[in-house]
Amino acid sequence: MSVLEQIFSAEFVAMWLRVATPLLFASLGAVICEKSGVVNLGLEGIMLCSALAGVVGSAYTESLLGGFLCGIATGLILSAVFAYFHLVMKANSVLCGTAINTFASGFTIFILEICTGEKGNSSSLRSFSFGTLDIPLIKDIPVIGEILSGHNVLTYVAFVMVAVIWYMLYKTPLGLRIRAVGENENAINSVGISVNKTRFIAILLCGVLTSIGGMYLSMGYLNMFVRDMVAGRGFISLAANAMGQCSPIGTMCSALIFAFFDGISNILQLLRIPSEFVQMVPYAATIAGLVIYSIQKTESEKRKRRMLGKKVANNA
Amino acid sequence: MNTKSINRLIDSAKLLLVVVIACLLVSLIILSVSEEPGVAISSFFLGPFTSLRRIGNIFEGAVPLIFTALAVTLIFRAGQFSMISEGSFFIGITGAMMVGIALPLPPVVHPAVALLTAGIFGAIAAAIPALLKLKWQASEVVTSIMLNYIIQFFALYLVNYHFREPEASSLASLKIAESAELPCIIPGTKVHLGLIIALVCCAVLWFYIFKTRQGFRIRLVGDNARFSSYVGIKSALVMVGAQILAGFVAGLGGGVEFLGMYTRFKWTSSPGYGWTGIAVALLARRNPILVPFAALFIAYLEVGSGIMARSSDVSAEVVDIIQGVIMLMIAADALLQGWKQRLIVHSATEGGKA
Repeated sequence: MSVLEQIFSAEFVAMWLRVATPLLFASLGAVICEKSGVVNLGLEGIMLCSALAGVVGSAYTESLLGGFLCGIATGLILSAVFAYFHLVMKANSVLCGTAINTFASGFTIFILEICTGEKGNSSSLRSFSFGTLDIPLIKDIPVIGEILSGHNVLTYVAFVMVAVIWYMLYKTPLGLRIRAVGENENAINSVGISVNKTRFIAILLCGVLTSIGGMYLSMGYLNMFVRDMVAGRGFISLAANAMGQCSPIGTMCSALIFAFFDGISNILQLLRIPSEFVQMVPYAATIAGLVIYSIQKTESEKRKRRMLGKKVANNA
Repeated sequence: MNTKSINRLIDSAKLLLVVVIACLLVSLIILSVSEEPGVAISSFFLGPFTSLRRIGNIFEGAVPLIFTALAVTLIFRAGQFSMISEGSFFIGITGAMMVGIALPLPPVVHPAVALLTAGIFGAIAAAIPALLKLKWQASEVVTSIMLNYIIQFFALYLVNYHFREPEASSLASLKIAESAELPCIIPGTKVHLGLIIALVCCAVLWFYIFKTRQGFRIRLVGDNARFSSYVGIKSALVMVGAQILAGFVAGLGGGVEFLGMYTRFKWTSSPGYGWTGIAVALLARRNPILVPFAALFIAYLEVGSGIMARSSDVSAEVVDIIQGVIMLMIAADALLQGWKQRLIVHSATEGGKA
């Protein structure tokens, strides 16, 4: 089968949605953070820790729910640390995030070794995974059923979350506060709303979403934790958020674009291209996406400025 | 006490606090997971000093960190957050390897050419995110991290397809020519000429950042880019220049590390010195003269954790955990600010009385 045939198959679309799931969760988290004016570079580390916490938690409590709660709790704790140091201790957010990531890469391996005795993966732990969901009726329709049905529960949750986050941001008081803090913190301060408190909430919400994205990797996409398994997805999510101009829908679209290239790289492995180049594809696509978006943004700003100049000249 | 000495006091107190907390945290982690905490703690803290070879290990370990920390210092001083020092370091290793294997050159010239190539490779890598930001305002944080991944795979491709040792079962490059190796300077250890090069770089960069016009421009742009544009400095160009120079330093570091410590390229992923370099640079308060001391401290922790992992049941990743905590605490600008405030108020009111 040729590569093109592979891409235009129902299996590819299904795989595409699978690899998009973690990106969707984390980039939605990034949307909330960025709307409140915080760049959360710690997404990568939070995903990694939650991925491990979910596996270890479910293995020790012997229940999926236990693992899920463990993962969420881990995400919340790390986010709270990030928020405390960034908001209260006034640490730069990029440094804070990098610190979280450094901590996470060591901490996960450290815990993994304590729990399993090895540093590579958690295959010796009997952990639980999120199940798949067959949608009745739709699953019986030929091609569409294959594409839409039979995914991991979290994949559906991710897409539902896009709508939920959109509603939260644009239709609830909390969303208004988060957006206002990001737009103009002095204004929101003057009407008596605490800037730090609002940002703290935004960072915690982001932590919950990101940790679900991390758990999906180890409890859905794979059925175990592998060291450094997040592999830059946290950073790619930040890029998706930037490209989606911080709106849930736009971010979903850019996350899907990046996931598409992730999926492509899975297929290209069948070709006789050195595997190293295939592995580069998702990262190169992210840079290309960011650059194209930035070019288009600077061009439109230039155009606006020219229009404004003309207007001023006409009025004079 | 004037404000300057108050600042210095607070800075030193903060450093001391961070070091003490780091050491306490190590002990706490060991106590909570180890069945033989005594052995683990003593091998962690005292192990690095038990033999000449191990003391040598500290200095060897500090060399790559000095280079990446200098690169990070330059980038941060210019107010940028490019994480490219990791990628520049790795592509620097690759550049030095290519020259070391492929070019037959006489001794002295050979390592010099290899190091220059390493530096140029690193500079080119660092120029990419810098230029993307200059031209189109693409965030250098994300592009540089993505580029690190691309560089990692590109370097592995080069080794795997063009410089691979055909007889080796795992990934390893051909052996580099003996003429390219950096000589050992302290017998009984593996401490190599790279240490001297690293220290020279520290001195040169200290002079550059604090005593030259260009260095002043970098600091000014980093502190307030808009202001420096108003006074006629081309801020954007200064930022790009600082990043390219930083890339050169990091790449040079990669070359030095490779030619000094290795004869073959055996990495299967990027070694992470760039990230550790951030912790070192922050610990050194972004001052090149302090970088060697900070690098020695981090290298001491790494050597200690290695010895501990071999002689007890605690794994070496403790050191990454500690590094994360150190970064977090050093970056916390508000830490001890209350005390500083009181000292300043106190000195001001006393001055009023006198």
